Amino acid sequence: MNNEIKPPLWLLLELTHKCPLECSYCYNQLDFASTKDSLTKEDWFKVMEEARAMGAVQLGISGGEPLLHKDLVEIIQKANDLKFYTNLITSGVGADISILQKLKDAGLKTIQLGIQSHNETTTTLITNNKNAYKDKIAFAKEAKRLGIQLIVNSCITRQNIGEIGDIIEFAESLNANYLEVANIQYYGWALENIDALLPTQEQLDEAKRVTDHYRDKRPDMKVFFVVPDYFATRPKACMNGWGSTFLTINPDGLALPCNTANTLPLEFPNVKDFTIKEIWNESHAFNYFRGDKWMNPTCSACPEKEKDFGGCRCQAFALTQDMHEADPVCDKSLHHEVVTEIVKKSLNSFDAKPLYRNRVNSLKFVK
Amino acid sequence: MQLEKSILVNSHFQLQWEEQQNCYVLLYPEGMVQLSQSAGEIMNLCDGKHTINSIVKELEDKFDMKGLEGDVVEFVDDAIERKWLLNNE
Repeated sequence: MNNEIKPPLWLLLELTHKCPLECSYCYNQLDFASTKDSLTKEDWFKVMEEARAMGAVQLGISGGEPLLHKDLVEIIQKANDLKFYTNLITSGVGADISILQKLKDAGLKTIQLGIQSHNETTTTLITNNKNAYKDKIAFAKEAKRLGIQLIVNSCITRQNIGEIGDIIEFAESLNANYLEVANIQYYGWALENIDALLPTQEQLDEAKRVTDHYRDKRPDMKVFFVVPDYFATRPKACMNGWGSTFLTINPDGLALPCNTANTLPLEFPNVKDFTIKEIWNESHAFNYFRGDKWMNPTCSACPEKEKDFGGCRCQAFALTQDMHEADPVCDKSLHHEVVTEIVKKSLNSFDAKPLYRNRVNSLKFVK
Repeated sequence: MQLEKSILVNSHFQLQWEEQQNCYVLLYPEGMVQLSQSAGEIMNLCDGKHTINSIVKELEDKFDMKGLEGDVVEFVDDAIERKWLLNNE
């Protein structure tokens, strides 16, 4: 493998882990309540300047819910001045609707809005927030009125997989430019709640069929379908390879190669202590899974290792307790039966109740 | 294609010169196209003021070449199809 370090292209800022919604499929860490919002506006500016100077061009602003962050508009303005392509990843809940005009004036390019359902009852059930449905629709309408590009992202679980046709039509009625039908990946809260969330193979096949049917009829709205890897036999090329493209900064200032990397037993650098260049090029954590020297024999002897890089490190660690293992969704993994067992158990759990992602529940996981 | 019509970059995209990549890039949600030199030079002139004719003339002068009209029209047609460029209505 080529070990030359290329600069990051994509920077994701998780401004806060606070969120007015409580979706049980959230990939945030279970103990998010212990993550502090410890970066100042100037810290965020410094991160953006340094990453941009290295060549990063895409900027995602996420959380938690970024609308709750008091400096959001100024951060977008700064990003736009630096010539990032800006994408606000939001629930649409948590700020007065007038913020959209300010975001537009600050140069925001794209809004990626989470939509759980076309139906108010389902939305309330998933988000545990009775205002979510109305707030989201108002947010989408105002964004489109102002001419901001709208991506609707719909996270799909057992709770809404039967509604995909309706969700596609709903996204179209909101004049979305793109729709992502995102079968969720099982990390953080989602993994904790998998018994209540995982759909069956048959439900997935049907969802794919419905999506393809609509996709052919809807030339003005691009529809993407993200397949969940629990039903795959090869792992995803997670983050396009560790430390190759993506850089996430969490509310505490931790720099991570992916949003969930701090679930791994590695020490990640903080932007308050190091520059982005030092972190990306020199830190132990960012170099740890670059190349193939870290791989165990299952991966290092595999002809597909340059295609998927051994899959996801967080998933390998969460399911096998060894972060150097092959991602166990791979059927070449010696631990693949862990995944098939989880799928079997989950699909036989008919009365599992999901645990909502909120501060009180999170505190139970804080060590 | 009307050669006297002006065209512009779709505001949902973002065109810029990237020093690190030594080329023009076109950014869009969750992606990026690295443009060839000719594509970058053409798109950089699609500012809502230049017409196809004036783009052709400017590039022919800049690179001391003749007969670029066919290539420019072909690229602009393709880019409009991809929604990178829009007719300036």
